[in-house]
Amino acid sequence: MTAQTAHPSALTSARSRATRPTAGGRTGSWRTLQPIVALLAVVVLIGMPLWIVVVTAGKTQAEALNPNLALPTTWQYLENFSAVWDQGRLPAGFFGSLLIMVPAVIGVLVLGSLASWVLARRSTRGYAVLYALAISGIVLPPAVVTIVLLLRQLGLAGTAVGMIGVYMGMYMSTVIFFVTGFVRTIPHELEEAARVDGAGPLRVFGTIILPLLVPVLSTATILICLYVWNDVFYAFFVVGGRLDTLPLNLFQVASAGLYLNNWHLIFAYVILMSLPLLVVFIVAQRKIISGITSGAVK
Amino acid sequence: MTATLSTGTPARPAPTPRRAAPGRDERTRKNHPAWFLVPAFVVLGVFFFVPTIFNFVYALTDWSSFKASISFVGLRNFADLLSSGTLLASLRITLVYAVLVAIFQNLFGLLLALLLERDTRVNRFARVMFFIPVIMSALAVGYVFQAMLKPDGAVNGILGTLLGTDVTIPWLGSTTWTLLVVALIHSWKWMGLSMLIYLAGLKTINEDVLEAARLDGASSWRTFRDIRFPLLAPAITFNVATALLGSMNGFDIVQATTGGGPARTTELLNIFIFRTFGQGLFAQATTMSLVLFVVVVALAFPVIRTLRKREEVL
Repeated sequence: MTAQTAHPSALTSARSRATRPTAGGRTGSWRTLQPIVALLAVVVLIGMPLWIVVVTAGKTQAEALNPNLALPTTWQYLENFSAVWDQGRLPAGFFGSLLIMVPAVIGVLVLGSLASWVLARRSTRGYAVLYALAISGIVLPPAVVTIVLLLRQLGLAGTAVGMIGVYMGMYMSTVIFFVTGFVRTIPHELEEAARVDGAGPLRVFGTIILPLLVPVLSTATILICLYVWNDVFYAFFVVGGRLDTLPLNLFQVASAGLYLNNWHLIFAYVILMSLPLLVVFIVAQRKIISGITSGAVK
Repeated sequence: MTATLSTGTPARPAPTPRRAAPGRDERTRKNHPAWFLVPAFVVLGVFFFVPTIFNFVYALTDWSSFKASISFVGLRNFADLLSSGTLLASLRITLVYAVLVAIFQNLFGLLLALLLERDTRVNRFARVMFFIPVIMSALAVGYVFQAMLKPDGAVNGILGTLLGTDVTIPWLGSTTWTLLVVALIHSWKWMGLSMLIYLAGLKTINEDVLEAARLDGASSWRTFRDIRFPLLAPAITFNVATALLGSMNGFDIVQATTGGGPARTTELLNIFIFRTFGQGLFAQATTMSLVLFVVVVALAFPVIRTLRKREEVL
């Protein structure tokens, strides 16, 4: 193969430019067919489920009994949205979710990067063991039942502080794993320069290291926000029935709604609760997608 | 980098010649103080390690909401769960679910990545659309599919229109096939993330290698099988590992579609834990949580090691 590559190299490069990313030597018919196949896949696999959500959320209860592709005969988005706004305590859920997510994400990023810096720079055997311990949470599942017991003993059961701590404990390993790998690629000389100027470790970290960590921290922020915002399992155990979060309230609306066949209300809630993340995603989709891909593959 | 790796070995000269090795060691200590680790490890310790240790302790007790005191009962919880068949049933269901999700999520993700590989406007739009399920709440996704898969729901309706007959398949009511259906829903939700990772992996493959294969007359299938697929190994490792871990800890989608039914045939370990905890049987829930922990440890490490080894072969 290598011998073949080497032969008429002028021809090779000319051809590769002409047919550029037709990876795998596809024919011309595929080039015209591909966009159609892609759009068809989007319509069938993504468009259809989303369409059902959007139209069902605007229907009356009788019409929404069997959610389908048909348009509502009478549009009543306002009625349905205001119903779940009150019944589903949507504002409370939104602020509850925000109250938990923001401190948890900031906390885990700051504490995680602080530890990662030291773990990356010091490399005796003891630190290797500490590092292994610190990233073990990527694989190990959290002990969800005994967390509740511990929080009760600490007097944190059912509180936002308890929930924030649990999320920080769960995602600390992910942050340390990503950030430590990243810090190792930062040259020592950058730190040295600041140190010569007499900066202490906290200053070096804050002014030199932290700004350089922005790409890896934004990847971690996206992923952790996604998980925390949508989590319902751990929220059930820690704050279920005591605090409102969007997924917990959806579960309540749905549990009552399934019994009463209120699909229109369930779907109205799904739309309202998905909107914040959807808006953020659409505004920053390019950054988010490149952030995730650059962070994940090595 | 190598300089830090050998901190503490006195033989190695420090970068600043005036300083002797022990002095440099002390400087490292001052420049990167150990107390920076303390806050992170306190959080990890209190909210992660201590509960995990408690898991091993309280699985051996009769802790429940019906009694004020907690006493030691040995392995009775394990014996009870084993003899009732729940433990093995839940374990089997969780493992089957995890394997199915790992297969389908990766298959869908890879197919999408190959389909949307070229950087065109249509493909960029399609990638964004396929990422929408990833940012949606899994609970919401579950309810949407529950509505669509009802016997008189949208999916059967569309199939009926296409086939010209009445279709009433109980997608979520089969004790055999519903587990597969739920695994497919889980894969649908996360395939956009796998797709992104595979796209990133495909981008790292050198165009010249592919061109060479093309000049050799390799078909696109052979190029894929012999060159591109093997070179995707790091992306496959990441995707398979995250899919396995995500589905072993699965809860939301199954809870929202079937709640563990019909006849508990989709009751994952986490659904069981949630249900028994709700009934106040805390010790049983803890025992299952410990089982999940042990299974994940027993499975995850060998799987990751095998996948890593495959990467090294290249």
